[in-house]
Amino acid sequence: MANVLKKIYIALIFIFLYAPMAVLIVLSFNSSKSRSKWGGFTFKWYAKLLSDSSIMEALITTLSLALLSALIATFIGTIAAIAMTGMKKSTRTLMMGITNIPMLNAEIVTGISLMLLFIFFNVKFGFTTILLAHISFNIPYVILSVLPRIKQLNPSAYEAAMDLGASPFKAFFKVVFPDILPGVFSGMLMAFTMSIDDFIITHFTKGAGVDTLSTKIYSQVRKGIDPKMYALSSVIFITVLALLILINLLPGSGKKTKKEKH
Amino acid sequence: MKNKFVKWLSLPYAVWSIAFIIIPLLMVFYFGFTDKTGKPTLANIMSISLPVHFKSLLIALLLSLISTIICLLLSYPLAMILSSMNKDNNKLMILIFVLPMWMNFLLRTLAWQTLLENEGVINTILRSLHLPALKIINTPYAIVFGMIYNFLPFMVLPIYNVLCKIDKNLLNAARDLGANEVQTFFKVTLPLSVPGIISGITMVFVPALTTFVISDLLGGSKILLIGNVIEQEFTLNSNWNLGSGLSIVLMLFIVISMIITAVFDKDGEGSAL
Repeated sequence: MANVLKKIYIALIFIFLYAPMAVLIVLSFNSSKSRSKWGGFTFKWYAKLLSDSSIMEALITTLSLALLSALIATFIGTIAAIAMTGMKKSTRTLMMGITNIPMLNAEIVTGISLMLLFIFFNVKFGFTTILLAHISFNIPYVILSVLPRIKQLNPSAYEAAMDLGASPFKAFFKVVFPDILPGVFSGMLMAFTMSIDDFIITHFTKGAGVDTLSTKIYSQVRKGIDPKMYALSSVIFITVLALLILINLLPGSGKKTKKEKH
Repeated sequence: MKNKFVKWLSLPYAVWSIAFIIIPLLMVFYFGFTDKTGKPTLANIMSISLPVHFKSLLIALLLSLISTIICLLLSYPLAMILSSMNKDNNKLMILIFVLPMWMNFLLRTLAWQTLLENEGVINTILRSLHLPALKIINTPYAIVFGMIYNFLPFMVLPIYNVLCKIDKNLLNAARDLGANEVQTFFKVTLPLSVPGIISGITMVFVPALTTFVISDLLGGSKILLIGNVIEQEFTLNSNWNLGSGLSIVLMLFIVISMIITAVFDKDGEGSAL
């Protein structure tokens, strides 16, 4: 009995979380442009998607921002996390405090603070300003995901490698790096996801003429969303869902996930 | 790894965080405490006492408190169920909470319009069951709804994390010593999960208090929260000084909730990552 109730509760929460997704997928097949009227089934929004250059441009901007910001943030964040373990406790606490600011601060404040910075130093708003902003809010995710892995390292392994004649670089790449790699990857994935889903900070740091999918959708809210947007987000969602299922069903992936859990 | 070279690896991040975290925040204070000509003034901060600004702050506080409480009530049982389940299942569960982020957050929130509208999906279902229709779209209720929908995972994850860390032997010991299930929950589980609860509260309260998007999309742009006022000062009126002043007031509330988190969660146990 209790088990049935538990399952019903989980199911209700899932319906709550996934109902909007179902609505968007249904809307992507709706031949009427209205969000509240069903005008019959159609594939036309999917068919027209590739030829819509402004949506494709926004998609490319979104993906390149996510990729670049995730890569740069992963590099800066990972080496910072490695350095933090060798620091005095007071310095480390200070750095962790600063790292937590963008995590705990309101996105609107982070957004306007960066906007003011660019205004004050007369930086032209555009792709670069968004990229700088995305790297900034992504670094903390990388640090917080790499740091726990480094703390679990056995320092003797690194020293043993050096004793056995490895150079510090070789010891690092052969001994330390493989162990922290899962943390680096999950940090990078988190950064990528955060960048893709961001609207608020992009809204304040973008210039005229540059649009990500989020800012493009926001600009369409008043005049009505282009149904091709529903088609595109359904494609993205189904792709990620398929990838997730694939990764979880792949033989041998179980081992990997267990390793990550420590 | 305590050699000199390793310490220098933190240099790029140190420079980056000064340039893109510290200095931007100082900018907010600079603009907030000066007027358009650059003269120091308190007028921007004091403008929170104007009825229109003060009202937007009060509504934002009220709506975000309500949604934080509802999120907590919904999340705790869910986190308990998830943490009591088999581990491999959990991994999938957590992934499912991250997965929604891959569908654009604006579109997901807009989808609730289709669901909640007076002639929308939910009301059509209710009518066919001869139940009274909900009239909540473009009201504060819809905004609360949107906040709960968007921020629920932020409450579930930290509570789930602390619950997973509780030593099962403690629960068994409590039962052995004669406590019933309810007593075990209130004397052992609940006190031990406080760091997760507090962390979840901050992670829901701060974004809910400061949002301008949810109120914009589901409140029919009739209801202004403090976030909407600040956003408009920046993007419509280009009054950066006033917008910064109001942001400083807003940050006061954020800092208060951060201090509360730091007091209750000294070891960062409740952090979501």
